Amino acid sequence: MQVTTTVNGAQRSDEVEDRLLLVHYLREVCDLRATNVGCDTTSCGACTVLLDGESVKSCTVLAVQADGREVSTVEGLAGADGTMHPVQAAFRQEHGLQCGFCTPGMVMASVSLLKDNPSPTEQQVREGLEGNFCRCTGYHNIVKAVLAAAGSGAKA
Amino acid sequence: MIPAPFSYVRATSADHALQLLASSGDDAKLLAGGQSLLPILKLRLARPEVLIDISRLTELSYIRVEGDEVAIGAATRHCDLVDSAELQRDVPLLPHVAALVGDRQIRHRGTFGGSLVHGDPAADLPAAVQALGATLVVQGPGGERRIQANEFFQSYFQTAVGEDELLTEIRVPRLPDAGWAYEKFTRRANDWAIVGVAAVDGRVALVNMGETPLRATATEQALAGGASPAEAARSAADGTAPVEDMHADQDFRRHLAQVLTERALTTVAAGRR
Amino acid sequence: MSIMGTRVVRVEDPLLLTTGATYTEDLRSEQLVGALHLTFVRSPLAHARILSVDTEEALAAPGVVAVLTAADFGRPELPPMMPMFNQAMTTPLLATDVVRFVGEPVAVVLTEQAYQGQDAAELVVVDYDTLAPAVDMRDAARDEVLLFPAAGTNTIMTFGSESFDETLFDGCEVVVTQEIHNQRLAAAPMEGRAAAAAPGADGRLTLWLSTQAAAAARGAIAGWLGLDPATIRVITPDVGGGFGAKIGADPDHAVVAAAALAVGRPVRWAETRSENMVAMTHGRAQVNTVTIGGSRDGTVQAYRLDVLQDCGAYPRLGAVLPGLTLLMGPAVYAFPKVEGRARSVVTNTTPISAYRGAGRPEATHAVERALDLFAAEIGMDPAQVRKRNLVPAFSAPHTTATGAVYDTGDYPEALDRALEAAGYDALRAEQAQRRERGDAKQLGIGISVYVEITGSAVGPGNPHEVADIEVHPDGSATVLTGTSPHGQGHATAWAMLASEETGIPIEKIHVKHGDTDAVPDGIGTFGSRSLQQGGAAVRQATQELVELARARAAELLEANVDDIVVDKGRAAVHVAGSPDAALTFAQLAETERLSVRSVFEAPGPTFPFGAHVAVVEVDQQTGKARLQRLIAVDDAGTILNPLLAEGQRHGGYAQGAAQALMEEFTYDAEGNPETSTLATYPFLSATEVPSFELVGMATATPYNTLGAKGVGEAGTIGATPAVHNAVVDAVSHLGVRHLDMPTTPQRVFRAIQQAQKGI
Repeated sequence: MQVTTTVNGAQRSDEVEDRLLLVHYLREVCDLRATNVGCDTTSCGACTVLLDGESVKSCTVLAVQADGREVSTVEGLAGADGTMHPVQAAFRQEHGLQCGFCTPGMVMASVSLLKDNPSPTEQQVREGLEGNFCRCTGYHNIVKAVLAAAGSGAKA
Repeated sequence: MIPAPFSYVRATSADHALQLLASSGDDAKLLAGGQSLLPILKLRLARPEVLIDISRLTELSYIRVEGDEVAIGAATRHCDLVDSAELQRDVPLLPHVAALVGDRQIRHRGTFGGSLVHGDPAADLPAAVQALGATLVVQGPGGERRIQANEFFQSYFQTAVGEDELLTEIRVPRLPDAGWAYEKFTRRANDWAIVGVAAVDGRVALVNMGETPLRATATEQALAGGASPAEAARSAADGTAPVEDMHADQDFRRHLAQVLTERALTTVAAGRR
Repeated sequence: MSIMGTRVVRVEDPLLLTTGATYTEDLRSEQLVGALHLTFVRSPLAHARILSVDTEEALAAPGVVAVLTAADFGRPELPPMMPMFNQAMTTPLLATDVVRFVGEPVAVVLTEQAYQGQDAAELVVVDYDTLAPAVDMRDAARDEVLLFPAAGTNTIMTFGSESFDETLFDGCEVVVTQEIHNQRLAAAPMEGRAAAAAPGADGRLTLWLSTQAAAAARGAIAGWLGLDPATIRVITPDVGGGFGAKIGADPDHAVVAAAALAVGRPVRWAETRSENMVAMTHGRAQVNTVTIGGSRDGTVQAYRLDVLQDCGAYPRLGAVLPGLTLLMGPAVYAFPKVEGRARSVVTNTTPISAYRGAGRPEATHAVERALDLFAAEIGMDPAQVRKRNLVPAFSAPHTTATGAVYDTGDYPEALDRALEAAGYDALRAEQAQRRERGDAKQLGIGISVYVEITGSAVGPGNPHEVADIEVHPDGSATVLTGTSPHGQGHATAWAMLASEETGIPIEKIHVKHGDTDAVPDGIGTFGSRSLQQGGAAVRQATQELVELARARAAELLEANVDDIVVDKGRAAVHVAGSPDAALTFAQLAETERLSVRSVFEAPGPTFPFGAHVAVVEVDQQTGKARLQRLIAVDDAGTILNPLLAEGQRHGGYAQGAAQALMEEFTYDAEGNPETSTLATYPFLSATEVPSFELVGMATATPYNTLGAKGVGEAGTIGATPAVHNAVVDAVSHLGVRHLDMPTTPQRVFRAIQQAQKGI
């Protein structure tokens, strides 16, 4: 099926297999490989991207379902001049990533969370990230980073 | 992992979806939010030949106050239930329960109707509609049918919706003054309930205590007879034959049902708002 | 100002946060253009004879180029993974006549497109004849079902004395015995295993592997395939976590290489999570029987540890880990009498290898549970019992009853700091109040004091690691390291070390690792060894480079080398007192390469230590335990970058707490995995842990010039017993003395029920 999407602000049109998952569309068709696949069961959140501004698990959305919609990945988050988004900057400053595999999804989930709740409590951050697993950080610095980004007025 | 091959068709209206269902036969599945269906397809536990996408049908996505009821389109997403001011005012249990389904990403895609039709006895919303005494509206080739929530769930992943039918609407009584509670017991925040209890006024529904969500009828009768929450909760697991799994055997599930029912009923009695 | 000991943010991060890392699956090397996608066909049965493998239908499926089985490889039977293993327990590359665990590879399908792989793999028809499985290690130890009939036993190897000293507990007023399970865990790094293989026109094979040790991987794969290691180049792309399960290579990686050689085309493979959970090695899986005896004043007189290690279907590193468990058996305690023995057995389950801690968490967990059981029996506060038995502070090497030589340590101080930071007395007071009130939610306080062994030698000789440093004429520098970071931040830390000596800013120092053509003899990253040996090697190499630069400058400036000083502000050297005539390192590299290769050798492993206090709340009615606080002292010697060290500790705490509370990989009686997805295997999410409370303590080791010990595994080792002890403590007033991990609601509830019945 032919799908037309706007990925990180750029419109494109591609012929895809009906069963193609959005995450594989992004990785293989759009050549945006930051978004990772970490499980088969919609559990880990490594594949989180924004679909029309809302966080979704791109392993559990078909590419054909993204037809006519906007998709945002971590590659599109930084400014045109390369300035990192406040969430990205906070993840670096607070050492909110180690191996980096969960990071693109974790960052996008955090962006979405702060869009809906710009001043979350620690508990709200933890609950808001319940769909994203990290095996390295124990979440300690991820939570710190999201709270720091909120403090710096991060908006999507 | 990836699904086995299928053809994807996008329905342009509820009628169109029904036509597609009729023409595709047994090998078609409706795709709403896909948050239960796509994982099943990826694990290849199901292999439909056709997926009929109803997720874009705006005619099935609404929350409207109609007299004594709130009418909710079946394709309304969990996140929309959570954010609905009407529901928070008139049916506060529903947004509360919807906020406990899956995680934020799943709630951005998953739909109310999808969760009900999936018929998972461990899911939250089926018990919620039972506790609320909701009516489910189903469209089929023969027209519209209305099914009480108690009759809707038939077995594991089996509901009263026929293969050529479509759940279109959920009608929930407005109960702004009712006491209500939902007790969900999990090991982790985003797990399915090991056991859950939804209570609204004198109605109590159990999650994961059998093949379907169940009304705790003995408890309801005890309540009607004036029993205290603790007394009524003692019979919460009467007649149940819950699943045994790595989290809980039958005895522990029954014990949890009693503990959670007592907690829920105590909240209800306190008139939670 | 020195950069050492400062919180330098990672140089790796901007890339990881903006375009993402380049993991093996992300590679777009020219050598991999047109690569085939490899999909494994794995056994759905725990123990079965293979009657036939029919590949015909799969071969006819769209995009299928080849279907390979054991018959297609010349050397189906591999040599034992370690020379001490029972020779009859060989690991096949692909299963030959028998499958021995669910997930064992039987065949591979090579397809043009990734999506075609799963479709075609389903069409490979394997006819099996089911055999009775040995799933539980205690059953396997009885040798009733043999995995390898030719071996005549399921025992791979034993450690320690065959029979115990019957007089060991003579004279003890109190003796307590308990069987303690250290359950099987899935390592499950967020990135599963992945490999890509490209046969070159020059006859060499390039292999990209998600690994923690490229050189070891090269050696293993060369050995399995009967190739000269020089014909293989292993390159390590970014690695999405390892936790010990990516040390070296697995037979699956060799299959990828062999497939590429068989078809003469590049081949790539990245496993799915469902595949990872059953086919990547698991960790832990011990049953430990502890016996502890002593007097009612709290003095322990004797300790016995009996270890049974489940190794899974084929002997891997897991088979030798009980040696470490026994070595570290008495841990931080001055027990007068200690004995231990261990047995490693095969079972029809996924093979066992290293997982964060690997042999040491089991030792610490066993002794820390034993002390709590002893304390409960004599009715003494567990903190007091520990204080009474700790080895006193020492600064000269201390030799234990099991022969371990600890470098430096002050265990009483670590415990005191942890108790103070926790507010131990106040916690006990609150616990007493809740008990008196009969609250639904009871408080549990758990303590652990630990010492572990890090940076053990790999193979004969002392522990060592290699580093190269070169300064380029443009002023930048390249560091080649033998370590293999996968989240630890070596690119930042090693740059700090090189910058400290030269003054070259860290942004201009590029750290490279994991390419066997560049660093053929690197050891890798595991066993908490990297900073103390790999970092020490970088420091040593940089110091030697500075000496080389001074010598070169002395010649050019016609000065005595002793008069040449380093000006770090300008990344230059000059004659003391004549800063105007300085030569930068970059200038000194203009005519002749300025580079040094150095091997750092440590006198031995180091022994980091610490103390953890965990506070949990347990709902008595539902049995659910929640971790409220974790207070941790982790003394890993001198800290180079607190940001990185703290990150290692945090991650360790979560994994340690996860073992105590949540995680267990389980099988049914037939050997079918019950927890083979992330929907069923309970990873912790952010909601299940609190922010952690870190307490500082740094006792330098003399074993390297950095004073550094390992920190990567300490958090896990300390946290598991602290959290486990806390859960038991929360319900101890109800009569509960022990319950196994993970402390699930049902287990806690049952333990309360049984204790109440017993009273």
